[in-house]
Amino acid sequence: MLQLNRKQAYKGLQHPGGELVLRQSAATKSSLMPPNGHVGDDAFVRFAGIQKTYDGEALIVKDLNLDIARGEFFTMLGPSGSGKTTTLMMLAGFEVPTEGSIFLAGRSIGTMPPHKRDIGMVFQNYALFPHMTVEENLAFPLKVRKLPKPEMEARIKRALEMVRLSAQGKRRPAQLSGGQQQRVALARALVFEPKLVLMDEPLGALDKQLREEMQFEIKHIHENLGVTVVYVTHDQGEALTMSDRIAVFNDGVIQQIAKPAELYERPENVFVAKFIGENNQLSGKIIALNEPACTVEMPGAGIIQALAVNVGMVEQPTVLSLRPERVKLNPLPGSLPNIFSAKVMEVIYLGDHIRARMSVCGRDDFVVKLSNSEGIAHVEPGVEMTLGWKMEDCRALRPS
Amino acid sequence: MALTMGSMSGSTVQLPLRTKLQRVERRRKLRAFALVLPLLLFILITFVLPLSRMMRSAIHDDTLSLLMPRTTAALRDWDGKELPEERVYDALAKDLKRAWMEKTVGKVSLRVNYELPGAASQVKSSARKLSGLSGGPYKAALIGISPLWGERDVWGVLKRGGSSYTGFYLLRSIDFEYNANSRIVASPGEKAIFRDVFLRTLMISITVTAATLLLGFPVAYLLAKLPPSTSNLLMIVVLLPFWVSVLLLTTAWVVLLQDNGVINGILMSLHILSEPAKLLYSRFGTVLAMTHIQLPFTLLPIYSVMKSISPSHVRAARSLGAGPFYAFWKVYFPQTLPGIAAGCLLTFILCLGYYITPALVGGPGDQMISNFVAAYTNQQLNWGMASALGAILLTATLLLYIVFNKLVGADRIKIG
Ligand SMILES: Nc1ncnc2c1ncn2[C@@H]1O[C@H](COP(=O)(O)OP(=O)(O)OP(=O)(O)O)[C@@H](O)[C@H]1O
Ligand SMILES: [Mg+2]
Repeated sequence: MLQLNRKQAYKGLQHPGGELVLRQSAATKSSLMPPNGHVGDDAFVRFAGIQKTYDGEALIVKDLNLDIARGEFFTMLGPSGSGKTTTLMMLAGFEVPTEGSIFLAGRSIGTMPPHKRDIGMVFQNYALFPHMTVEENLAFPLKVRKLPKPEMEARIKRALEMVRLSAQGKRRPAQLSGGQQQRVALARALVFEPKLVLMDEPLGALDKQLREEMQFEIKHIHENLGVTVVYVTHDQGEALTMSDRIAVFNDGVIQQIAKPAELYERPENVFVAKFIGENNQLSGKIIALNEPACTVEMPGAGIIQALAVNVGMVEQPTVLSLRPERVKLNPLPGSLPNIFSAKVMEVIYLGDHIRARMSVCGRDDFVVKLSNSEGIAHVEPGVEMTLGWKMEDCRALRPS
Repeated sequence: MALTMGSMSGSTVQLPLRTKLQRVERRRKLRAFALVLPLLLFILITFVLPLSRMMRSAIHDDTLSLLMPRTTAALRDWDGKELPEERVYDALAKDLKRAWMEKTVGKVSLRVNYELPGAASQVKSSARKLSGLSGGPYKAALIGISPLWGERDVWGVLKRGGSSYTGFYLLRSIDFEYNANSRIVASPGEKAIFRDVFLRTLMISITVTAATLLLGFPVAYLLAKLPPSTSNLLMIVVLLPFWVSVLLLTTAWVVLLQDNGVINGILMSLHILSEPAKLLYSRFGTVLAMTHIQLPFTLLPIYSVMKSISPSHVRAARSLGAGPFYAFWKVYFPQTLPGIAAGCLLTFILCLGYYITPALVGGPGDQMISNFVAAYTNQQLNWGMASALGAILLTATLLLYIVFNKLVGADRIKIG
């Protein structure tokens, strides 16, 4: 009975995610890195039809299909509670999928206990063993594997050098700073040379500067060692700077899988557009569809030419997504397909750029981002001007 | 010029600053002191004072030097080889007569009786008979009245009584005593019971501590792992002994353990036993009841430490390649040690002082040191022995704590 209900629920929910994946694969055929769930038979990690529920009622992960290539830096990005940790825990073996199977290097690992999977893991709170010194922490996975002593020492030494902590080997975790503990956790997850390393918000507890430093360091280590990394974060900046590919999670469904630039430039639905970076969203109705463009009517505000990314049919509603930095100030008449008159409502000075809130198309929460170069001196509250943008920069998406 | 001005103004500012700081600090300290003062006074009056008074009576006893002043003075240079000379008997006669008149002879005889059991009645009757005698010589007369005065033992007691301080009680507590020549010798067999009792107290405490640990650890582990809704119910069950008085719990065990009690009844109706097993008044019953009462004391510190261990530690160990048991043993268990240490120490020290439970559930051979302390205070009114046993128990406990501290370290103990 329960099984049946779940199946039905999942059928209903599967639709948007599933369709997105298909579209994505069509759009990025030429990219080097496999863009979506289809890495091919040599996929290193494969989630096939994974579902997960804790209480038998709510599906925390709904039909997850995902392939990760060998050596890839793959990031799961999403808001809190979207099922990222759950997905990671299923891969690590601490949670059992309710349905579906996970493959590691072509083998199903459904029944394999965590300690046999040979997956390194970095936890959000580091999970260093407080009663052991840094060296003993690093020795732990090697002792379990019964490595000979000289080999063990050499590896520990190398790992400590890699994270620049050679001098702190004899200390206990409590005697280290947050960043140092983080590096020990990283070294411990790598010292037994796993092929796959999972990181669950490893930088969540660090301050901004340290976080950026560590992002660079982790990326560096990934490139040097060539391990496959599955990384979880809810910080979009972190995801964009570090990843080869990013999967955006929401409510247990992957909204889009893409390379960072693509995710930013070409979000496929309203959630991704909202979640990655800032954007203006305008709702309207499609009045004409001539791929790749479409014409959208804003009730009482005019007609906008937009890129039809993910829309229904004529007469159906749509949401237009427009990045604040893609808006041009005072374009020459006729130089852009979309030109509207606007009035500056508010200006915020941010050093390298300014943000201006404008009243456009009958809405006064339209944000424009202007780089701090010549020609912004006259942008002051109350000033009237024209704004324009290209058809490709304005993406028509299915309203969620 | 400007420089000297600057440094001068600097020093004039610095001085009041330091005074100001001191004033603030003093006020802060005073306030802190005022906060703890009531408790400090309470502890001082109700704990430290009686305790030190008690400790003192383990070595301080001036009964004989006060009530038999002439005799003790006359015995000062008695060498203890022969019976004392007439002069000393004369002093004894005077002291006893006065004690008879002042009705203090009871105290004297009791004090002599501590060291020479059975001597009390002879001292009393000698005093009574002496009061009818008008004059000396007393030596022959006293030996005639009671053979007690014809032996050196009693004279040894009286001579040592000249000092207000005595090692008798402490020696007795570890099965030693003075002989007639005031040499320290081992007590004879029938008096040498206290080493056994101390050892028994230690053994029972260790057994109970081990039993509570073995029973409590898995339950604490379960409690720490369960979701709160379930663990709360289990916790109430575990804490029940806390809410019932020890006396009530012990009596409940008496009901269960007696020959026609519940346990024997069940075992016999199941034909496991043909006649009732001796459960009440046995070591087994004592340990059983004490374990039951002490279980929460061991369990709670372990539980609270387990609660604070992040589950991600064991997960990390598993992901690093450790099997479930190895991860538990190498990563989880070492982190519970501070809780184990705290719980076991608490139970062990509480067990050392157990009194009611062994008294009600134990047999004569299961009485612990506190039972003897109680008997000496309540029945025999021998405060010296009670104090000496108490002092030795306290010292032993402190020593064990220090050893424990050296081995485990106080900073490793965590109560909560
Ligand atoms: N052990 C569990 N039992 C029941 N529900 C759980 C359990 N673990 C997670 N959940 C639920 O599953 C959902 C997803 O949790 P998950 O930890 O995967 O989120 P997340 O994406 O990692 O979020 P965050 O960014 O906050 O870490 C949440 O609603 C959470 O309440
Ligand atoms: Mg999480």
